[in-house]
Amino acid sequence: MSTNQPLINAFSSALGIDTSAVTDELEYNTIPQWDSVAHMSLVAELESAFDIMLDTDDIIDMSSVAKAKEILQKYDVAFEDKE
Amino acid sequence: MLLKDKLVLITGATKGIGFATAKLFAQQGAQLLLNGRDQESLEQVIKELSPFSQSKITPLSFDVSDPDQVKDGFQRLFKTVKGLDILVNNAGVLDDALIGMVTPTQIQRVYGANTFGSLYCGQYASRLMQRRGGGSIINISSIIGTNGNEGQAVYGGSKAAVIGMTKSLAKELAPSNIRVNAIAPGFIDTDMARSLDDDKFQERIDSIKMNRIGQPEEVGNVALFLASELSSYVTGQVIGVDGGMLI
Repeated sequence: MSTNQPLINAFSSALGIDTSAVTDELEYNTIPQWDSVAHMSLVAELESAFDIMLDTDDIIDMSSVAKAKEILQKYDVAFEDKE
Repeated sequence: MLLKDKLVLITGATKGIGFATAKLFAQQGAQLLLNGRDQESLEQVIKELSPFSQSKITPLSFDVSDPDQVKDGFQRLFKTVKGLDILVNNAGVLDDALIGMVTPTQIQRVYGANTFGSLYCGQYASRLMQRRGGGSIINISSIIGTNGNEGQAVYGGSKAAVIGMTKSLAKELAPSNIRVNAIAPGFIDTDMARSLDDDKFQERIDSIKMNRIGQPEEVGNVALFLASELSSYVTGQVIGVDGGMLI
């Protein structure tokens, strides 16, 4: 499993969307499933998946899948360039 | 044991209500993380409480009114124990003055510890609890927050805000199985109470229907109830521990 897969699974599970819909371009509040309540579930899923605790600033900044990857790299999580 | 292996953070744990609560929780099997601003005082307290605890007590020194310190403190907590079941937001300061003599610095300091500190800690704690499937947050308010008192507009306001926060968080976090309640102590036998002059002290006692000062352990017992499964269906409540005090 690539390092991207846990991230894709976390988004899919927290937002209740198909894994194929989890692309770098997907942005917060652009689909009904990714609202503020789901965002906090997403944070919990990501934290559990990567065994980290995100700072509040990073939770607020996490505005897209691409941004999530960028933020998670600060916590020593590595991603492949392509999904 | 009511709190066997529960991970508990108590802020302001070096004396008074925080210390008494820590001791009761240790006796009930909790794994304690104790917060205070001064590392040396924390280590002393841990030394005193260790005989009552079945597990290692972890010191977490940080100032609850400083969001960066709270963030660092919770990161340390996460690295040490990976989670949290119970938070007791006890750290607070009292700095009274008549309204015409209140300074902005006093307002910042009192609200910083009493209100903002509870919010900062509640924010991180609730996220850790969510990952463990639930938890309990206990906010220490005050009878001054529920009833008000002359010369205590700042303190009373900061403690009333804690009640608003408690009720809102209770609603927001109930779906995550996190209960949030507050305790409103009356006149409790702490350093603060003992610093009053004899006349003021007696005046306070005279206003209490049970005609005596409360003990920190009596507040701790209610915290224990709220932390444990005995209160599994209780959330959004403010419980007075005041012996029938009238203000």
